[in-house]
Amino acid sequence: MRVWLLVCFSILWIGSTPARVNASDKQVISVGILKVERETPLPISRLDLPPENLGFQGARLATEENQTTGRFTGQDYQLNEATASPEEALDALDTLIEGGSNIIVAMATGDDLIALSKHVSDRNVLLLNAQAEDDSLRTDICLPNVLHVAPSRALKADGLTQFLAVKKWRKAFLISGSHDGDKLWADALHRSANKFGLKIVEERTFEDTGGARRSDTGHVQVQKQMPIFTQRAPDYDVLLAADESDVFAAYLPYHTTDPRPVAGSAGLRPIGWHPANEAWGATQFQRRFEKLASRRVRSLDYQAWLAVRAIGEAATRVKSSEAAPLKEYILGPDFELGVFKGTKVTFRPWNHQLRQPVLLANDRVIVSVSPQDGFPHRVSLMDTLGFDQQESTCAFNK
Amino acid sequence: MRLQQIASALLALGVMATATQAWAYRVYVSNEKGNDITVIDSETLEVIDTFKAGQRPRGIGISKDGKELYVCASDDDIVNVFDPITYKRLHTLPSGPDPELFTLHPSGNPLYIANEDDNIVTVVDVKKRSVLAEVPVGVEPEGMGVSPDGKIVVNTSETTNMAHFINTETFEIETNVLVDQRPRFAQFTDDGKLLYVSSEIGGTVSVIDPAAGEIIKKIEFEVRGIVPEAMQPVGVRVTKDGKKVFVALGPANRVAVVNGETFEVEKYLLVGQRVWQLAFTPDEKLLFTTNGNSNDVSVIDVESLKVIKTIAVGEQPWGVVVAPE
Repeated sequence: MRVWLLVCFSILWIGSTPARVNASDKQVISVGILKVERETPLPISRLDLPPENLGFQGARLATEENQTTGRFTGQDYQLNEATASPEEALDALDTLIEGGSNIIVAMATGDDLIALSKHVSDRNVLLLNAQAEDDSLRTDICLPNVLHVAPSRALKADGLTQFLAVKKWRKAFLISGSHDGDKLWADALHRSANKFGLKIVEERTFEDTGGARRSDTGHVQVQKQMPIFTQRAPDYDVLLAADESDVFAAYLPYHTTDPRPVAGSAGLRPIGWHPANEAWGATQFQRRFEKLASRRVRSLDYQAWLAVRAIGEAATRVKSSEAAPLKEYILGPDFELGVFKGTKVTFRPWNHQLRQPVLLANDRVIVSVSPQDGFPHRVSLMDTLGFDQQESTCAFNK
Repeated sequence: MRLQQIASALLALGVMATATQAWAYRVYVSNEKGNDITVIDSETLEVIDTFKAGQRPRGIGISKDGKELYVCASDDDIVNVFDPITYKRLHTLPSGPDPELFTLHPSGNPLYIANEDDNIVTVVDVKKRSVLAEVPVGVEPEGMGVSPDGKIVVNTSETTNMAHFINTETFEIETNVLVDQRPRFAQFTDDGKLLYVSSEIGGTVSVIDPAAGEIIKKIEFEVRGIVPEAMQPVGVRVTKDGKKVFVALGPANRVAVVNGETFEVEKYLLVGQRVWQLAFTPDEKLLFTTNGNSNDVSVIDVESLKVIKTIAVGEQPWGVVVAPE
């Protein structure tokens, strides 16, 4: 058994008693968080090595924040954590539910998320997707018991190409990797280029031949390989790299034959969160996280934080700990949440996707934030990012 | 555009010639990025000085007698106290980490400071320069407002989304009122009967009955041609008679003028970019606004409800206070 259940990471508050609340009549809101672990190769850069408790730390911070609010509302928030292999994921999910958590934050791939969703489809359980970016989960495979906090690939791609359209960098050279995720990311960039009037003038595939990701003096070979790989391309403005698997994109900047900027999986990247973001009060969020986790925030931490905060916000307003009323409120017209991106976020009721701004960042600073000015929408500017209602076959709200 | 500028300049001259034989007040603007304070003369509406104020100056206030200027130096974790005339730093006050906004008790002492990082409100005796109390509040405390009788200080917490009513004698929280997302500012009316709390991300101003601890109205904002997401209320100021409420709307680049009896928005005044904080002159003839993204201050004539001048200040102006008479 490789199932670890770290049950009840609950936060004890030590401090003054809040006004008008007795400990005895506290409502308990129990959230579970489940990581379904799949083996992934090591990243190219040692700076990107996955930290311990990736994602969990975000959920812990949000639970702490919910708990602070709970002191004033008479609510008590608990977080139950579990990590499991894909084979053991359903058992782990059952154990979390038996332990009292009917709201589960899932950190899993699209396929694993579908299995989790189907497993509890006849139970009163709400799942929040903090990780899977698959576009199919927002268009064709509609899971009624899942809310998507993670941005879809389409949403991120639109955030990037809107910016490129504003810059008038309309001719793109697309290099995609050979793995499934790379191809899906390339598909999303294609769709988005079409949507915002960019042209893919050349497309190449970088085959992953396997082997170790890092080697001593590896840069010597890279310096020869990348210029050759990128030569003889038709005239282009920007190189788009679709490399979710982290095989080659990081080596493209400064090594292209033509002096062109790189975007996508390297260079200018569309992301959910960046540890350098300081606008809109984000400094406080960064500091709180760093104090708790002794490291910087990653996107998965932020998304797990966001999922648990969404539950906290709904529980504060509807004063319930049950999955159904919380879900109804979250998908309803009154739900809104501040998430340190300068605008409130809400959910699209038709496909359960969180509307959200996309940060465009390089390694060190935020370059821009989409949606960009000049892309109007009749409902919400954020609906210019990702799938709009008519592009999705999901129709939960009908 | 140029015509407008000429028109408003002429108007400004007219207003000054006719309406004001008023006092010349000193207006102090904290420049968050510039790390300095810009000093403006309220009569000539010219910048008369600039002085250094520590790292990341934001919240700014002045003592009742006008002899001490308090400035939160957020990145230095202190409140700097300056002589408002010589600009000499007199001393510092302990503030707790990352002080952002504060309010003074009506008697002039103590000072109530919101410490964003630690979920506390720090109460500081400005005479003894010591901490009297630390009150645990919600996540990311920011807005601070004190009732005119000095009995209640209200703090807003930006992530918990509440207005916390703190008893100024016991330092206990007596009431919590849940408001919309990211409450930034709390302002009582002079008679103490109403409390206005702005919610930046929620896009509303809650009108609260402090005695009942209940929201009686939520003011919403709408300007044709501006996306609803840009309506982000922050600073709020109310005239002494309670009849006019001015609300700074952030990236909407407008100040809303709200009727203090019907709570209807009567007018939107176009000011500079990302307008956050507001301050009246003591005679309430002028209202100054800090426009963080255009590095300037707009001057509103309160009687005619016109923007009469735009004054270039330092980098990213944040807070503003006007010296008493």
